[in-house]
Amino acid sequence: MSELKKRAEGARDKNAVLGPDIDLEEYTKGPSDYAPVPSISDVPESYHDGFLNIGVDVSEKDRSGSFVQVDSSVLCSTTAQEGLEVLGITDAINKYDWLEDYLWRLVSVDTDKYTSRAELELSGGYFIRAKKGVKSVYPLQACMYIGEDHTFQNVHNIIIAEEGSELHIITGCATGKHIQNSIHIGVSEFYVKKNAEISFTMIHNWAPEVNVRPRSAMLIEGGGVFINNYICMSPVKSLQTYPTAYCEGKNSTAVFNSIVYATDDSNIDVGSKVVLSGEGSKTEIISRMIAKDSSSVTARGHISGTVSGVKGHLECNGLLLSQNARIHAIPELNAAAEDVELSHEAAVGKVAEKEIQYLMARGLSSDEATALIVRGFLNVEIKGLPDHLRREIQRTIKTSQDSFM
Amino acid sequence: MLLIEDLTVEVGNKRVIEGLSLHIPEKETHLLFGPNGSGKTSLIMAIIGAPSYKVIKGRIIFKDVDVTDLPTNERVKLGMGVAFQMPPVIRGVRLKDVLRIHTESLSKGGVMDQMNKMGLSAQFLDRDINYGFSGGEIKRSELLQLMFQKPEFTMFDEPDSGVDIENMEVVGKALGELLEGRSGLVITHMGYILKYIKATKAHVLIDRSIRCSSDPQAIFKQIMECGYGRCVECLS
Repeated sequence: MSELKKRAEGARDKNAVLGPDIDLEEYTKGPSDYAPVPSISDVPESYHDGFLNIGVDVSEKDRSGSFVQVDSSVLCSTTAQEGLEVLGITDAINKYDWLEDYLWRLVSVDTDKYTSRAELELSGGYFIRAKKGVKSVYPLQACMYIGEDHTFQNVHNIIIAEEGSELHIITGCATGKHIQNSIHIGVSEFYVKKNAEISFTMIHNWAPEVNVRPRSAMLIEGGGVFINNYICMSPVKSLQTYPTAYCEGKNSTAVFNSIVYATDDSNIDVGSKVVLSGEGSKTEIISRMIAKDSSSVTARGHISGTVSGVKGHLECNGLLLSQNARIHAIPELNAAAEDVELSHEAAVGKVAEKEIQYLMARGLSSDEATALIVRGFLNVEIKGLPDHLRREIQRTIKTSQDSFM
Repeated sequence: MLLIEDLTVEVGNKRVIEGLSLHIPEKETHLLFGPNGSGKTSLIMAIIGAPSYKVIKGRIIFKDVDVTDLPTNERVKLGMGVAFQMPPVIRGVRLKDVLRIHTESLSKGGVMDQMNKMGLSAQFLDRDINYGFSGGEIKRSELLQLMFQKPEFTMFDEPDSGVDIENMEVVGKALGELLEGRSGLVITHMGYILKYIKATKAHVLIDRSIRCSSDPQAIFKQIMECGYGRCVECLS
C-alpha cells in the first residue's frame, strides 16, 4: 500500500473540525458505467433541467469547453480552444506522470474522513489546464450532477494555469429533483503559476437532503491572480467548506466573493482563508449571506499576513429574513509581521426598518421594498472579471433569485 | 387636501406630537417652523405613516380619505410625497433603481435633463442611494426622485439645510416647480428658500403642537429677530 493510501486509511473515520458529522456508510458509490457522449449537447435531456440554474449552457455559446460528470461517470470532456485542456481526472493521471506531484499537495489527504474517502473511493473529477501563455477567450464549464439517491460522489479536481495563462471556469453542481439523500465530496487543488490568472465561479444548486463537503486550496505564484466566486441560492441539508488560498508569490492576489441565500432548514458553514506570505501579496474576501426560514449560516473569514507590507480586507454582511434563522459571522485577522495592513467589517441583522420605510415612501409595498433591498444586498460588484462573465454571474444570481424568492 | 384633527403620536413610549390640528387646503403651501426637537420631523413621519410613529389619538384625512391607518405606500398612491432630511443609505440599491419605481425608461432624454437641472451627473444613477452623498447631493437626489413621482402634496424636511449658496438656487427652483399648482408643507429654518415658494401660511410648532399660525413673512421676521424665545413668551 502506498504511503498516501496508508494516510488516507488512517483518517477513514476522522471527524472534520467543522460541520455536523455525516455517517458515510449510509451511501454507496453512484453508477460509473454511463455511456460517454461526444459533446455536452448529446447529454441526455433528462439532465438539462438541472443545468439551468448553475450557469451550464448546453448550446456552449460563449464557452471554451465543457466537462460533465453524472454520479461517478464522466459523460464528456471537450475543449474548443487550442492550449486549453479538459480531462477526467483518471484519464489525466494515466496520461501525465507528473500529475502525481499536484495531487494532495495543497490539501492533506488525512485532513478528515471526507478527504480520506476522496482518495480511497474516488468517483471522478476533472483536470483543467491552460498551457503557458494561453488565455481562455470564453469560460470553460464544468458540471457535477448527482442523479442517484443514497449515493456518494467523491471527486478530485486539479486546475492548473501555467505561466502567463488565463483560465476562467464556471462550475455548477446540481442534483436530480427526486434526490432524497446523497453526499458530494469535492477536493479541488488550484495552481496559479507566475503571472497567470484563474477565475473560478462555482454555483451550487443542491437538494434539501444533500450533504456537501468541498475541500479546496489554491497556490498562487508571483504576479498570479486567483478570483473565486461562490454562489449558493438553493436549500441543502448541510454544506461546509473553508477553502484556503496561499499567496506565496511576490505580488500575488486572491479574491473571494461569496453569495449565499439559505432557506428551509439548511445548515451552511462557508468561509475563505487566505495566507499572505508573498511580498506585496494582497487579498479581499467579500461575503453576502441571507438566512431565511429556519436556516443557519456560519460565515467565516480568515486572513493571515506573515510578511511585512501585505494587505487584506474582509467584508462580511449578513441579512436575516426570519425570526428562526441565524447568521454567525466569524471574521479573523492574524498579523504576524510588522507593517501588515489587515481590516474587516462585519454587519449582521434584519433588514433595517428605516430602509423599508424610505422605499415605501417612494411607493413600494413593504414586500416590494424588502425584495429590492435584498436584491441590492446581493448585488456584489465583482471586480477583475471579463464583462460577459460578470454579466453571466449577475444573470445566474437573478435567475436563482426569481426561482427561490 | 390635508386635514389633521387633534393628533397625538408616540414613538416607543415617548410622546412626540400632542393634540395637533392642521389644515392645508388644495394648492396651498404651508411652512412649518419650530425649534430643534419640537416635533417637526415627527409630524411629517406621522403624516406619511412611518410604522414606528403610532397614532394614539386623532385622525389624518387626505383628499377626503381617512389615512390614519393606511400603510405608507397607500398614502403615496393617493398623492403624498416626502423629501427626507436624512434618508438612509441602502447598499446595492442604486439611485436608478429607485427612479424606476416612477419612470418606465431611464434611457430616455427626460431623466438626463432632470439630472442636469438638479446638477447631478449621470454617474449618480449607478451610485448606491445616499451612500457617500454630500448634504447637498442628498437634497438634490430627494428632489430628483420627487420630480418623477409628481406628488400632489409634498412634504419637505429642511430642503435647504446643508446646501451651499450656489446650489440654493437649484434647490429653490426645484421646490418651486414641485409646488407649482400643488400643495405642500415645508420645514425650514432659513429665509432663502422663501424666495422660491409661494407659501400662504406658516405654523410654529413648539413642544409637540402647533402654537401659532399666521402670515409666513410676519412669522419668519419675528423668529429672525427674536428667536423662538419670543414665541414661547407670546404664548405663555
